[in-house]
Amino acid sequence: MTPTDTRNPIVALTERVGRAVVAGVEEIGLGAMMVVESVYWLILGRREKQAVRLGAIAEQCMAVGIQAVPIIALLAATIGMMLAIQGIHTLRIFGAESRVTIGISFSVVREFAPLITGIVIAGRSGSALAARIGTMKINQEVDALYVMGINPVRFLVVPALVAMLIMVPALTLFSDFVGLFFAGVYVNLDLGISLAAYMDETIELLRVDDLMHGLGKSVIFSVLIAVIGVVNGASVQGGAEGVGKATTRAVVQSISAIIVTDMLFAFVVTR
Amino acid sequence: MDDSDTAGAQAPRNVIEVRDLVTHYGDRMILKGVSMDVRADEIMVIMGGSGSGKSTLLRHLMALEHHSSGTMRILDQDIEKLSGVELVELRQKLGVAFQGGALFSSMTVGENVMLPLYEHTGLDRKTMEIMARMKLEVVSLGGFENLMPSELSGGMIKRAAFARAVVMDPKILFCDEPSAGLDPVVSSALDDLILNLRDALGMTVVVVTHELESAFKIADRITVLDRGEILFIGTPDELRADPSQRIQNLLNRVAEDDTLDADAYLNRLTGETPAYRPL
Repeated sequence: MTPTDTRNPIVALTERVGRAVVAGVEEIGLGAMMVVESVYWLILGRREKQAVRLGAIAEQCMAVGIQAVPIIALLAATIGMMLAIQGIHTLRIFGAESRVTIGISFSVVREFAPLITGIVIAGRSGSALAARIGTMKINQEVDALYVMGINPVRFLVVPALVAMLIMVPALTLFSDFVGLFFAGVYVNLDLGISLAAYMDETIELLRVDDLMHGLGKSVIFSVLIAVIGVVNGASVQGGAEGVGKATTRAVVQSISAIIVTDMLFAFVVTR
Repeated sequence: MDDSDTAGAQAPRNVIEVRDLVTHYGDRMILKGVSMDVRADEIMVIMGGSGSGKSTLLRHLMALEHHSSGTMRILDQDIEKLSGVELVELRQKLGVAFQGGALFSSMTVGENVMLPLYEHTGLDRKTMEIMARMKLEVVSLGGFENLMPSELSGGMIKRAAFARAVVMDPKILFCDEPSAGLDPVVSSALDDLILNLRDALGMTVVVVTHELESAFKIADRITVLDRGEILFIGTPDELRADPSQRIQNLLNRVAEDDTLDADAYLNRLTGETPAYRPL
């Protein structure tokens, strides 16, 4: 029997919780350092003779953004139509189904477009980033970068972070349009309201603030996805199994962080 | 010949000087006051069993780790006192061939070899391609530049790693277990490659290995590490003749596991001598 087994269970539990909290704080600290270091290389990289390559950013934009367009379009269309279906169903109870546009417009632009985009990018690109960095770490590729005089944060993290900062808001905007359009198509089919009338009402209802609300969230999501992916990738230990665990962890943490942040953002900004 | 010339001839210049190096991982002391020199243009082999600290020492020599105490000078620079930019400049004078090759899987072999040039020189792409091709020719991988690392054999990956390590014409080449995971024929060919690179490109080579046969074949001098301490530094002949029981035990232990001679092995298979050949 080990000494641990003989301890008071409450003490053991407290110790476990304490260790988990310390590990969590360490990871948050590492993530914050990554962001600071990324900003440093982005601004001062040229002075340090290690400028961030535009080609690398473009490559990441392609992987993070352009290749995600089909799945984002499909999910945004589905969400838009689902909101229209549920909205009409609910408002029909009060005989107010013609006012469904209000609910759809605000819900899509302020909530669902950034959320669904963030979740998809976390699943696609956050996991890929964690897997890539984790694999590079266990294959000594990160060490190889160091000994070649190439800073890994500048080479691996900055392009991914910048690409996320560009592409997640862009995809959110795209998701806004697709979601609103397909909701309009359903409204047209169900209620007979013309697409033009629906669009006119949507444009009239939405303000720049509403768009910025969604885009602001998407910027925060993009930082969260990139940082969580990098931190999990950088902490990989134990070969291929470790990469698998880190990838799963990155996805779960990213999606959890996105949903919690979404609620906090709505609470702070909307009230 | 004046006095300074005579002195120069008698005392070869040290490119690496390690003094009383102590390192810890957590509470555990890994290197316990290691002191050693590596002379210009020599092949220094660092040997030792598992847990001897040889890989840790190599990581320190490559400036990948911070030590607890002691000093380490590489190419006349104290690496603990270098700024970030100075360290990058120093690293451009070092080449490293990692145990698994550490080629970037998303890049072709040619792009892997070109990467240091792309990052540190202002050369145009055409020139970089020519230089990368030349280095690939040196390691007998000419024509393989458009393949992905996943399309190469283990021996070819190590050769490509050597090409990348020497593309900037480093002053010091570090090799981490170059023979690990390779059959004796390929391993012997890599030993020849290391000798050829040293002779052709005129660089100092530091090799970490646990393979006795390979060490005796390529080394000008051998450093033997045991449990974080240096047991021996000297030529292969001096090592063979050393009467120390600890060293003889170490040599016997390794020899029992490593009796296969690569040349004899190939001769048996093909009737050929393993010349310098593509893998």
